[in-house]
Amino acid sequence: MLKNELIKKDSYVEIKILLLKPEERIEGIPEDTSKVPFEARIKGFLVKDAYIGEKVEIITALKRVVSGILIAVNPPFKHDFGEPVRELLEIGWEVDELWKQ
Amino acid sequence: METVKDILAQRNEIMKKSLGGIDYSNFEKGGLAFDYEALMKFVGYPMKEVLSIQRETKVGNTPLYELKNLTKLVRKISLPGKGARILIKDEAMNASGSFKDRRAALSLFQAKKEGYQGVVAATSGNYGAAVASQALQRGLKCIIAQEVFDSRGIGQPEILEKGRKCEALGAEVWQLTVGPELFFWSLQLLKETGYFNASLYTPYGIRGIEALGYEIGMEVKTLYGREPSAVLITHAGGGNVTGTARGLLESGCFNTRIIGVSVDLRGLHMASDTDFNRKSFTTGHTGFGVPFAVNPDRVDVPRNAARPLRYLDRYLLITQGEVFYATELFTRVEGIERGPAGNTSLAAAIPIAREMPEDEILVIQETEYTGAGKHPTAQLTFARKMGIEIIRGNPQDNIPGKRIVIPENLRQLSYEEYPLAKLKQSYLEHTFKKYEVKKLSLIELKFLQEELKDNNNFVIDYLNSKGVIYE
Repeated sequence: MLKNELIKKDSYVEIKILLLKPEERIEGIPEDTSKVPFEARIKGFLVKDAYIGEKVEIITALKRVVSGILIAVNPPFKHDFGEPVRELLEIGWEVDELWKQ
Repeated sequence: METVKDILAQRNEIMKKSLGGIDYSNFEKGGLAFDYEALMKFVGYPMKEVLSIQRETKVGNTPLYELKNLTKLVRKISLPGKGARILIKDEAMNASGSFKDRRAALSLFQAKKEGYQGVVAATSGNYGAAVASQALQRGLKCIIAQEVFDSRGIGQPEILEKGRKCEALGAEVWQLTVGPELFFWSLQLLKETGYFNASLYTPYGIRGIEALGYEIGMEVKTLYGREPSAVLITHAGGGNVTGTARGLLESGCFNTRIIGVSVDLRGLHMASDTDFNRKSFTTGHTGFGVPFAVNPDRVDVPRNAARPLRYLDRYLLITQGEVFYATELFTRVEGIERGPAGNTSLAAAIPIAREMPEDEILVIQETEYTGAGKHPTAQLTFARKMGIEIIRGNPQDNIPGKRIVIPENLRQLSYEEYPLAKLKQSYLEHTFKKYEVKKLSLIELKFLQEELKDNNNFVIDYLNSKGVIYE
């Protein structure tokens, strides 16, 4: 996805919204958290053609209009089952041994 | 946009509008006391009706399995005559895959009945999917606010899956960066929409979980002709412990011991941007378990209906590696895969069952669904990428956020007994500070004794040690 590629209206997109700047965050939170902004991401259908990085409006799953910075088009679900974990694979044979005892 | 201060200033007003008929001020009894049982009775649905409301939306009546193979294995490593029969309530079979459907069912029923158009819930857990699923079935709109990412935009696979599921179930999902301002944003959403606050901590939520405890009590008595000797409950915000314990009492199980279990994540700060992705469990851990027990009212409603210290007989901690081991073992010996966080109490069941006589019954009261992200391989792969060391060895060498130790054999599974007296002491310290207590009324004294399940002058000794008078 190129930054100068025009994203067509009605594309399914993700936007980012700055909710609180670091100085607006509540008191009493850990120092590392207080130095970064409080942000939201939300997905929906793009209202007008736009480029990545532009401020846009989207229509959410509940058909509400929300505005924020366009960050992705058709964002994929990237979570998966990960890699096989040897430390867990070993447990099967260990259980077989335990049954024999 | 309004600032945090503006929104928090309107907190009470927003909550009142979003909580249907519950006026929490009616239950206050002066000072630090309130009438907990009256608040719980406000829900008003008898158990038979609760069960029937849950059945309407594919909740409850989950299988209670006897884990015959696991019980046999535990007996192999126990002293003669030891090794309780282990049962598990397969709550993954509820509509959205966890016991949280119980918690959402009554709230959504009530929201519909009172004419709300939709609901808002702030949660990073399975509860979001439960609310979304129940909302769909009741014809209500649903907004979920989730804590998902650190400031770099990186999220745990387990939370990413929970977000996907909420979206799949038609919710508008606000995925937020780390921080307690999640509650500020959910208040803003409630204000904007006028929707019902499907908080985890209302009496509706807890009454829904009572159905789980009730089913366990009735089923064990019918099948085995006796009460469970103990029920192991994964403990986080306190609702699971509170609801299950109350439901067991309602089923007539007065002697069943209530044992809470959390994953030990002491040392990691829950609101820290850098610690956020150094934990491999997103719930069922001490980061929620301890603070919610000692300060239950730190939530998004004026009075939390989840009050675990009223019910807990014991509180046990286990390590992340032990839960991953137990999850893998469970799959290998019982032939079913379930999600890891729900297996927190399963891991503790192994050492606890070893100590109990063979003729006693130990119940693990929940499971949760598994899938991409919500699986030990996903969580451990992510942990390695975050620089966490993963080794086989003695679980005692576990260091939260640095090293996960997968036990080398079944005998190594153990638990740390977290002293309830320590939690109760912290509860009193916190409450006295919050209410600036100088002296107590007898009503407040009685309230504290009930809050802490105190039958032997624990509270009075504390008052005497602090020189606080009561009259």
